[in-house]
Amino acid sequence: MILNGKAALVTGASRGIGREIALELARQGANIAVNYSGSEAKANEVVTEIKALGREAFAVQCNVSNAESVTNMVKSVIEEFGSLQILVNNAGITRDNLLMRMKEEEWDDVINTNLKGVFLCTKAVSRQMMKQRSGRIINIASIVGISGNPGQANYVAAKAGVIGLTKTTAKELASRGITVNAVAPGFISTDMTDKLTEEVREAMLQQIPLARFGDPADVAGVTAFLASDTSAYMTGQTLHVDGGMVM
Amino acid sequence: MADVVERVTKIVVDRLGVEESEVKLEASFKEDLGADSLDVVELVMELEDEFGMEISDDDAEKIVTVGDAVNYIKSTM
Repeated sequence: MILNGKAALVTGASRGIGREIALELARQGANIAVNYSGSEAKANEVVTEIKALGREAFAVQCNVSNAESVTNMVKSVIEEFGSLQILVNNAGITRDNLLMRMKEEEWDDVINTNLKGVFLCTKAVSRQMMKQRSGRIINIASIVGISGNPGQANYVAAKAGVIGLTKTTAKELASRGITVNAVAPGFISTDMTDKLTEEVREAMLQQIPLARFGDPADVAGVTAFLASDTSAYMTGQTLHVDGGMVM
Repeated sequence: MADVVERVTKIVVDRLGVEESEVKLEASFKEDLGADSLDVVELVMELEDEFGMEISDDDAEKIVTVGDAVNYIKSTM
């Protein structure tokens, strides 16, 4: 186990990729704060699964776009675990629409959760990590933040923003022993991608050299690596977990 | 309130690795004491812990010299 006894906060951990990340970090020995926004029951299921692995875990409600709420969440995690070594900024939403049809509200919602949320959570944990002189921040971006994607102007802008934020935070905090990296998943099978039509799925597969959709476990494994001491000499990087789609 | 000056001085000496004699009230953390921006952020964090207070981002930005820190702390006591 590469994360024995470390304390981690995973945002958006009740479902999909975040859920798998929370479980994988726990399998690697970490205690986990399972953040959720609306899905309390699902978050509690994740907590139960983590406890069954013999780790500590608790669910913490917080909308990451709200500064006060984020501050309170981080305080409660540090109180509970006594320290905080790992933050995984995973919480994200989609409000897809063509640029010409996109409402201001759709733009704002996605930017607030997917980009501002990363800023707020990172700011809130940086104090503790600076004092510790150690920390790992892993931002879940997206391959579309690099390649662009029609119908997702808001999501793509937010994810590209996260990649820039990752690099800047990495430079600012490097001298204090904190590394900041991003993971850019490609098409990963989750509730989000299950909604796609068969036709769209076929077209997507054509673009993936490894010829399959990713599994949340593919992203979780790379995230655990970035959270571990094995990746100590990496910071500011964005790792593509996309079956080779974007090189 | 010499106590405040002493306590602030000790933190500055520990954090920035400067001589006590250099830590004068008019000394600027960045210009005179060799601190970078992140050092000042950390100093403010330590002052918060030492004096059991919270210093807002707006107020923290106004703390440039040792005297600024001392005066701010005194004003909240």
